[in-house]
Amino acid sequence: MDVYLPIANLSVDGLVIVALGALTGILSGLFGVGGGFLTTPLLIFYGIPPTVAAASASTQVTGASVSGVIAHSKRRGVDYRMGAVMIGGGVIGSGFGALLFNFFRSIGQIDVVINALYVVLLGSIGLLMAKEAIQTLRGTGGAQAARRRHHPLVASLPFRWRFYGSGLYISPLAPLIVGIVVGILTMLMGVGGGFILVPAMLYILGMSANVVVGTSLFNILFVTIATTIMHSVTTRAVDIVLVALLLLGSVSGAQIGSQFAVKAKPEALRLVLAAIVLLVAFRMFLGLFYRPDEIYTVYPL
Amino acid sequence: MLLVAAFFLMGQRDPVLVPEISQHEVQVRQGFVGQELLLFGAVLDPAGRAGQDYDIVVVLKGPSEPIRLREKERFIGVWANAESSDFRSVPSYFAVASSRPITEIVDDKTAAIYEFGTDYIQLSPSGSINPEEQRRFAAGLVDLKRRLGLYREDFGGVQISESVLYQARIELPSNVTTGTYTAETFAVTRGRVIASAVSEVEVKKVGFERFVEDSANEWGLAYGLIAVLLSVGMGWGAGRLFARL
Repeated sequence: MDVYLPIANLSVDGLVIVALGALTGILSGLFGVGGGFLTTPLLIFYGIPPTVAAASASTQVTGASVSGVIAHSKRRGVDYRMGAVMIGGGVIGSGFGALLFNFFRSIGQIDVVINALYVVLLGSIGLLMAKEAIQTLRGTGGAQAARRRHHPLVASLPFRWRFYGSGLYISPLAPLIVGIVVGILTMLMGVGGGFILVPAMLYILGMSANVVVGTSLFNILFVTIATTIMHSVTTRAVDIVLVALLLLGSVSGAQIGSQFAVKAKPEALRLVLAAIVLLVAFRMFLGLFYRPDEIYTVYPL
Repeated sequence: MLLVAAFFLMGQRDPVLVPEISQHEVQVRQGFVGQELLLFGAVLDPAGRAGQDYDIVVVLKGPSEPIRLREKERFIGVWANAESSDFRSVPSYFAVASSRPITEIVDDKTAAIYEFGTDYIQLSPSGSINPEEQRRFAAGLVDLKRRLGLYREDFGGVQISESVLYQARIELPSNVTTGTYTAETFAVTRGRVIASAVSEVEVKKVGFERFVEDSANEWGLAYGLIAVLLSVGMGWGAGRLFARL
């Protein structure tokens, strides 16, 4: 089924895009991540211009996270106070991200920077997740039962607030900084940032596990909304037809994924996610260290 | 005026080209997967001679744009952008078709003057890098565009019948830029261009596609809000739908 994308300026096979959306949707339903880290590179690989891919993927993540947020908020799995602070940081961060994007574009290294970010972040997080999942599967992770609270640096920050949902009494500066960092990455990489938020919430802020996924999705929802608006006003690269196709797949995929998530073993799931994350990182790594297919890049003047 | 023209035509005793294109307007709408254009026409010889051999070359060019081309180089193991070169007029689309291989029709110099081939596109490089580097960059650009299907050569793609009628099919892929395209037709004999004619093709978005593009460019904020609404609406709707199943 041929569909013409008016902003990307080319014709694609609609079914392939819907299938791609479904794949990321299943991931987001299973793991509570937006799936942007997979959509953006795959769209680029398929031939969609990089800016259009990043902008449209962030809009798609909005849709994929809505149903998750509703589901989690029903069972009180969202810490709204924490989420609001992070969203504030996320909006500031996406502003910084836009500045950085323009800076790296002006020196002509934006594609290299994005590639490197993917390799470093996905690579390290994928390895961490794989290690942890394997340990738990082998039953050697029991020693970690005495779970560490938040990172010592977090405790040293001033002005403490009570975050009832997360069971924390910490400075709001900590989630604000986390939000800023994720906002920057959202703008640069075209990702929701769930794969960074979730570990950061668990291991840096020390939030209780039952609100982590819900709050992460809540944050992703609003940050991707802000990013979509930012892209629509500045790069004008959101392709609404592409978004609709991706959503068609991802919203149904997300529902299927969340059904699976109830039945499957969480450690096994995490191992699968780790494998996917590492695969994407490895593909990006090849692009960075081996002679790429495309030596030349065109920038309009 | 007519007299002058008639005198001029008779005086030079060179043939006249009457070109036509299957369509002067290509509409880019939903389901657009590219368009094949048929460039055809006749070569009229005022002297009434028939059977003289002509070669026909057609060149179809899309609107030009200035670009900066960056080249990746290995830098401490990492492939990073290193040097760059600016080109002031890069056609967004370029196709050439001819009745025989170009090298058999004209010499290099003539081919370069009339841009008979992707190697001869006048890209107007600017900046002060040396000619050899410029050639390398130009070759890289042409190769990139060729693999996108935007630059193409079809030597032998022009059919001539009875030394009078000619026709060539040129494919516009779906990723073409909108704008005014110019189709130039050349009649060549003994290495010399003896007649040429120009016609135009308008490639434009129409209907919903046009509306989407205009909205995105003119009402960015509203466009973004609608995209968000669509996204949230579909996410929420799917949640409700699956909850009932």
